[in-house]
Amino acid sequence: MTSTVPRVTPAEPGGVTTPGPGRVQPAGSKPLSTRLHRSPRLRLLGLLALPLTWLVGVYIFSLVMLLITAFWRTDPFTSKVIPGFTLDNFVRLVENPAYLSTSLRTLSIALLVTILSVVFSIPLGIFMAKVASPWLRAFLAVAITLPLWAGYLVKILAMRITFTENGFFNSALEPLGLSGPGFSYTTVVLTLTYLWFPYMALPVYTAVRQIPANLFDASADLGARSWTTIRTVVVPLLKPALIAGSIFTFSLSLGDYLAAKFVGGSTQMIGSVIASNINLNPPIAAAFSVVPIVFVLVYLFAVRKTGALDRM
Amino acid sequence: MKKKYMLLPAMMAAATLVLVGCSGTGDTANSDTSAGGLNIDVPDVPMMDKLGKAEGEVNIVAWSGFVEPAWSDQFTEETGCAVNRRVAGTSDEMVTLMRTGDYDLVSASGDASLRLIAGGDVAPINIDLIPNFGDDTVKGMQGQIYDTINGKSYGVPIGRGANILQYNSEVVTEAPTSWDVVWEEDSPYAGEIIAYDAPIYIADAAVYLMTHEPDLGITNPYALDQEQLDAAIELLKTQNGIVSEYWADPVAQITSYAGGTSVVGTSWEILRKLTEDEKFKSVLPEEGSTGWSDAWMISAEAKNPNCGYLWMDYTSSAEVNGAIAMGFGMAPANGAFCETSAEAAAHCDYFHATDEEYFENVWFWTTPLEQCIDGRTDVTCTNFQQWTDAWLTVKS
Repeated sequence: MTSTVPRVTPAEPGGVTTPGPGRVQPAGSKPLSTRLHRSPRLRLLGLLALPLTWLVGVYIFSLVMLLITAFWRTDPFTSKVIPGFTLDNFVRLVENPAYLSTSLRTLSIALLVTILSVVFSIPLGIFMAKVASPWLRAFLAVAITLPLWAGYLVKILAMRITFTENGFFNSALEPLGLSGPGFSYTTVVLTLTYLWFPYMALPVYTAVRQIPANLFDASADLGARSWTTIRTVVVPLLKPALIAGSIFTFSLSLGDYLAAKFVGGSTQMIGSVIASNINLNPPIAAAFSVVPIVFVLVYLFAVRKTGALDRM
Repeated sequence: MKKKYMLLPAMMAAATLVLVGCSGTGDTANSDTSAGGLNIDVPDVPMMDKLGKAEGEVNIVAWSGFVEPAWSDQFTEETGCAVNRRVAGTSDEMVTLMRTGDYDLVSASGDASLRLIAGGDVAPINIDLIPNFGDDTVKGMQGQIYDTINGKSYGVPIGRGANILQYNSEVVTEAPTSWDVVWEEDSPYAGEIIAYDAPIYIADAAVYLMTHEPDLGITNPYALDQEQLDAAIELLKTQNGIVSEYWADPVAQITSYAGGTSVVGTSWEILRKLTEDEKFKSVLPEEGSTGWSDAWMISAEAKNPNCGYLWMDYTSSAEVNGAIAMGFGMAPANGAFCETSAEAAAHCDYFHATDEEYFENVWFWTTPLEQCIDGRTDVTCTNFQQWTDAWLTVKS
């Protein structure tokens, strides 16, 4: 014992103390892990704190602030926003028929885009999953996702060049004596379909792949032809995928304004009205932004009623 | 370059208001007949009375092309003020940015400047502290109603330009002399007409109505009572039926002409030059047109007012003002620039820098107010919010 004492003393006081805390620390952290272990709520809180701060603090808070602005007003001269409470902005939405017609036009564009995407996706999905060779399947998968790699604005400008008067579309149709739609409602629908198609095609393709091959065989054995098989077997099984895809195509189309700006000619959408008002009259822009929110909520509610969301 | 162009319209508007040009005395402003002595309630913001020590930096909100190293580096060298530039794309964005209080200067167009003045966001300018701003400033940019309110000057002019009628001479073989080719339903170019996409475009319809519907009694396209506004909107709705496209983005406008979608419509001289194609020609039609005129304005809460004043003076010299005008493609505010070289003279000639007769027909963008700026007192005019609302109905 006496010999050990001198051996310890030469050591720096720090040298002696360092191992001390080192030993204490694990002991001290145990209560925390023990507490976490005992309290599932605390565990959940720790897990969700960061994402919740983001979701509530940044995302939901800014959305709520935006919606509150809808009840404020703008000084007609200086364009300064004045806090307060008024329903005038919503009254104006109803009184000015331009808002209603713009809303309906936007809704019809979003629905058409969704329908077109569905119509293209199903045969493509079936072909890729069940008919195409592995090589062709890989090629098509790349071809579908390729547009996603390019910038959004670049794609819209590409469509603009394609559909311009002296552009590719018209020169390709010229030998047939036809001319394209120019910049119009139709072009907006085509452009948005082009933009959002991958969001529909990919889930549909994945869903078709998951349909066992023997279902097709069984259907054929029972005498169903290919169209009947698609209608009675494939489409019902694809419903969750179609709904997932349509949520993207529908809501993304509702909010878009650049397509209308660059290929729409004189087509006006909800997004273009909001964009042109965001600096001039933020409260009316905020009030109008409630319209697409309502559209999406109604759509989600209708989808939920079908029970499709449960299977997603 | 293209970005600049977008900026232009906004600038123009701002400029109109800003034009400090006026000697700065109330009498001068009030004697302006067209203004009819515009007196509106504006917050009382003190004016700087003498120049102090340079703060070492200046923060500027500007149209692209107005603050470039080509001339700002030398400014920093001479004054020790580092120049921090924030490029804005529209007048509305400029107004929003200036209200943050983070910026000392803005290059405002006429449709922004009145809003800034009335909002108390900018301070009156002490002309005595800007020696370069003086007799050389072209007449048309001095003492305009948008820069001089209640006898106080709020802006130092930078440059101006007109919204012109541009046409594709391969299709429009007979040079148009009137705007009727873009407004009348039976236009031979129906379906190939491009129009500007902003509420301020209502003024273009009003300019056309001034000549063609004299019974409406429009004397200033920015002073429209409800009936006159309705008539302008009616005309715009007719035009909507024959329009191929609306443009707010200069790139879209250039590609619309180049791609053949549009063959005639409203444009800026600089956009026409950018097409780099001689078949595109321009004209200032007999009815006249709208235009823009830009000016520097100083924030009411400027943290670096001394550097701000130094910048306004520096950029008002013939050389620097000319460099900005040439870079942006507009008529410079400083007429002395035109005599500095043959190139400068050619530029001034092309953009009609000192041709007041040309600009007499140009109505610079101004924020429409309830108080009629044409001097009428028996009616209430429509304000910019009403214009914004009405504009919506045009395209629906």
